[in-house]
Amino acid sequence: MRTTRGRHILSGGMIGLTYLAAVLATLPLLLILWHLVQKGASSLSIAFFTNMPKPVGEAGGGMANAIVGTLVLIGIASAIGLPIGIGAGLYLAEKRTTALAYTVRFLSDVLNGLPSIVIGIFAWEFLVRSIGHFSALAGGVALGTMMVPLVTRTTEEMLLVVPTSLREAALALGYPRWRTSISVVLRTALAGIATGALVAIARIAGETAPLLFTAFGNQFWSTSLREPIAALPLQIFAYAISAYDEWHRLAWAGALVLITIVLVISIAARFVTRSRFGAPVD
Amino acid sequence: MLQSTEVFPDKPARLVTPTVHVRASEPTVASQRAAPCIVAHNLSAFFGDVAAVRNVSLAIPQQAVTAIIGPSGCGKSTLLRCFNRMHETVPRARVEGSVEILGSSIYGEGTSPIAVRRHVGMVFQRPTPFPTMSIRHNVGAGLRVVGKKLESRGPTDEIVEEALHRAALWEEVKDRLDESAMALSGGQQQRLCIARALATRPRVILLDEPTASLDPLSTQKVEELVYHLRETVTVVIVTHNMQQAARISDRTAFLLAGELIEFASTTDLFTAPRDQRTESYITGRFG
Repeated sequence: MRTTRGRHILSGGMIGLTYLAAVLATLPLLLILWHLVQKGASSLSIAFFTNMPKPVGEAGGGMANAIVGTLVLIGIASAIGLPIGIGAGLYLAEKRTTALAYTVRFLSDVLNGLPSIVIGIFAWEFLVRSIGHFSALAGGVALGTMMVPLVTRTTEEMLLVVPTSLREAALALGYPRWRTSISVVLRTALAGIATGALVAIARIAGETAPLLFTAFGNQFWSTSLREPIAALPLQIFAYAISAYDEWHRLAWAGALVLITIVLVISIAARFVTRSRFGAPVD
Repeated sequence: MLQSTEVFPDKPARLVTPTVHVRASEPTVASQRAAPCIVAHNLSAFFGDVAAVRNVSLAIPQQAVTAIIGPSGCGKSTLLRCFNRMHETVPRARVEGSVEILGSSIYGEGTSPIAVRRHVGMVFQRPTPFPTMSIRHNVGAGLRVVGKKLESRGPTDEIVEEALHRAALWEEVKDRLDESAMALSGGQQQRLCIARALATRPRVILLDEPTASLDPLSTQKVEELVYHLRETVTVVIVTHNMQQAARISDRTAFLLAGELIEFASTTDLFTAPRDQRTESYITGRFG
């Protein structure tokens, strides 16, 4: 009897511990969100989204340039990361056992684990030092490089989930191999690949280190790819280490906007996976 | 021999379909008259160094149903997949010997496997509708790949309808052609796959255990439609189920360990097998 009770108590205790761990795992996100809303919400206004930063001492001002800059950087990164990542993922899924596939798979895992500042240094070496000035392009390339392995591996995983029988069915209908890969395999896995792409975008949207010496940041309005460009993470960093209360408040608001962008992308990723059958357009 | 007669009483009584009254012609007679559809000569199929099919030579008659039976792993699916060059899609797989379909060598130099597959339809064990496509687009997938457009009220509507009629699915799906194919039941999905294979109007259709994953009622529907298909196409069906072979086929090939043991009219094979091994198999002594 005693042993049975002892076991029940032990079991209950252990289950309680896993509950605690589960709560602790989500707690940081909730605390961060709560804290950001508390500190940053009061500084949010229409002006924050539409105005340029103001010089120290002047009240108000916003981060319009940094928000646009972040979107520009995401755009460049996606233009580089998505095609290369999806293409490489398609190769890995189709030619699973070739020596090149093993190599690419291994190297993209290594690249995935590389500290982001190292990728920043790489982009600086080739796109900043050689050209002579910081640029949006260099920042976008650094972020795009980070996206490639993420997108490659999720694309491969999503494509491997597509059953071989579907591939065979297409081949048996007289589909050429490339057409099978694109109109059947890739299309079937499209929702999953889109999710992977959005997760990768959310992952790089808030990156700061690779931008420090590539995009560099910019106090002025610029959307030129050849000029330094502002970015939310950089702006937050610059304002947070400044000595002015007004800037501190704006940094909080910027952090809130950044985390909202990331959250919205993550939630969009969820919805993309959920929607099953869309209208067969093409 | 006696046992097999008990298991399979005489053929007309075994017909699953009451709608079939008379056969157009006695198929065995027809097969003697017409030129054969598929002729395999010394056909061997390998996975790496292992031969799954060894030295098979046979002539499959036109516009008839030919069943391939045999125990698991005897190479019957592999043999079937040699007839539309699907075998070679498996890594390290290769084929030796020759196959002629309606007089042209499908392994001949310069013959593209894609062209072969467009003229020889195939349906697999599990239903394989394309999940991203509507019912209409599934049926027309083989047409679209050769550049035909598939909009509603277009010229391909008729082809889609005809294929669905031939697959005995039209009545069940005619009002929801633009809905997902995934909403159909397993049996409907399999008939959809048959319609998809028929839409390109192939001369030959290969069925690889098409009812293995279906319930008895769906199985019956598929068998009925296969029975009718012989009027327009040559059907080769691999089946695990000897009763099914007996019910729907005109000729039966018995395969064992990759070798063709016996190939005869279904009635003869099941009632008077010439080979001892065939008799053992159909009386259930192994397999």
